[in-house]
Amino acid sequence: MEQLLDLFDFGPFFDNFDAILQGFWAMLRLAAAAGVLSLVIGTVLAGFRVAPIPVLRWFGSGYVNIVRNTPLTLVLLMCSLGLNDTLGLAFSGEPSTTYYWWAVLGLSGYTGAFVCEALRSGINTVPLGQAEAARSIGLTFTQSLRLIILPQAFRAVVAPLGSVLIAMIKNTTVASAASYGEIAAVSKGLLDLPSFASGAVPLFIGVAIGFMILTLPTGFFFGWLAKRTAVAR
Amino acid sequence: MSREANVLFDAPGPRARARNRVLTVVSALVLLGLIVALVLRLNAKGQFAGDLWSPFLEGQVWTNLILPGLWKTLQAAALASVLSIVFGVVFGLARLSDHWWIRIPAGAVVEFFRAIPLLILIFLAFFLPNKVSPVIAESPLGQFQRMTVDYFFSIFGVQINAGTIVVPAFAAVVFGLVMYNGSVLAEVVRAGVNSIPRGQSEAAYSIGLRKNGVLRLILLPQAITVMMPAIVSQLVVLLKDTALGFIIAYPELLATGFKLIPANFGNNVLQAGIVVGIIYIALAMALSRVATVLERRSRRSRKTAAKTMGTGGPPPAPGMAVQETAGPRV
Repeated sequence: MEQLLDLFDFGPFFDNFDAILQGFWAMLRLAAAAGVLSLVIGTVLAGFRVAPIPVLRWFGSGYVNIVRNTPLTLVLLMCSLGLNDTLGLAFSGEPSTTYYWWAVLGLSGYTGAFVCEALRSGINTVPLGQAEAARSIGLTFTQSLRLIILPQAFRAVVAPLGSVLIAMIKNTTVASAASYGEIAAVSKGLLDLPSFASGAVPLFIGVAIGFMILTLPTGFFFGWLAKRTAVAR
Repeated sequence: MSREANVLFDAPGPRARARNRVLTVVSALVLLGLIVALVLRLNAKGQFAGDLWSPFLEGQVWTNLILPGLWKTLQAAALASVLSIVFGVVFGLARLSDHWWIRIPAGAVVEFFRAIPLLILIFLAFFLPNKVSPVIAESPLGQFQRMTVDYFFSIFGVQINAGTIVVPAFAAVVFGLVMYNGSVLAEVVRAGVNSIPRGQSEAAYSIGLRKNGVLRLILLPQAITVMMPAIVSQLVVLLKDTALGFIIAYPELLATGFKLIPANFGNNVLQAGIVVGIIYIALAMALSRVATVLERRSRRSRKTAAKTMGTGGPPPAPGMAVQETAGPRV
């Protein structure tokens, strides 16, 4: 049975520890930028979808329906291969920089559609009286959205937004298909090395623990936050 | 227009109407400007050249590349759907068990597979057995390994050659999809059963049913009506996620339509992406429509004492309690 212990030889894992950590770091940089940007995109889209201007409403629902029903792999590949390589819309001449920003943009554009859906259902939970009261004291559409509706809507959807955020963190791995070298790309590169054959089990243990460290506390935090910020009605 | 649109603003008066007209024109112009800029850029890069688009008018491209890819996508999605529903029901009910030694391991499995990215799960199934099996083959477990592969995993096309296991991309994709979506569905099942009012099971116990009978005759039939929309909308996610097979070279729609076609027809990446995207969007929207219809029926249904879970209930994130909130599935 001793041979089986070879499967848990952490030597190759720690030999490549720097590369693995760099993969996680690249993933975190992507997740952080995409988290902020997708929140912005989602909020703007949600605003569009309830706006008094039909053109914006059409754009909002058209965008959400198209992006939400497209696989993320295709969205990211269209960004990297289509917009960057074919159309030459590069952010910079440096490949790693431009692929990073396209990954950020693709991931936030995709996640933004889900943020928009979450927020819209949050807007639905705000009682009619709130909006009527806001209008009756003379607030305009933008003012009532900004001061009355959205603050309550955000508080109602903390938990779904947390789920969307966690899904986004996990989705960063798909960016490895779009020429962005994060943890999934690093793992695949290591697994393809013949010299790394005995390090496969420790690698998967390490990657799994890394993701659990990122996602589980985030889940607990949003669960706690959702309870704390819930609107008492 | 939708209900909530009217909540936020009054029927506009003359000044608001004028302002809205101006804003409509401005936003239409901005959108039009963006479209024009895109079209100019496409034109500058010669993307309107006919031979980049014409492959999609040829019957052979469809019969040799797109349709076989679509078939592979649907195969993986269909098998993974069935297995993940089974996985979801088993683990969802296991998490509701009265015995801690069933409840806790089931909970750990479900939380684990929801915390790991789907792509990593697919990699796990694709690479790990191949690396690990030669070592196991040398150990006393080698015989056991060979038998499990020969008698069980060979159903999914897994092969073992001289102690080395080869997992086909199809099996790896299905494994990943089943573990992840099955875990999400387990939470849906648990939430569905929990959403049945307590009075139902109390009444069932009071007429003398046992645990098994209460679950099988009273709770599950009602829970199924409640859960159906949520299950179907999770299957939409599963269908979209088959595209991850692209990364491990499973020849599904994205691989044939977005990799092979551009490789053979002058690198028409954008055109292929648009065609493949339309197919995915049509498939996902059709399935979403089923979910919406089921939701409407479930809301009307008098076969259940509970409120429907709706198509939009978010997949509760790992570490988060299931709750009745609205939101999209991701």
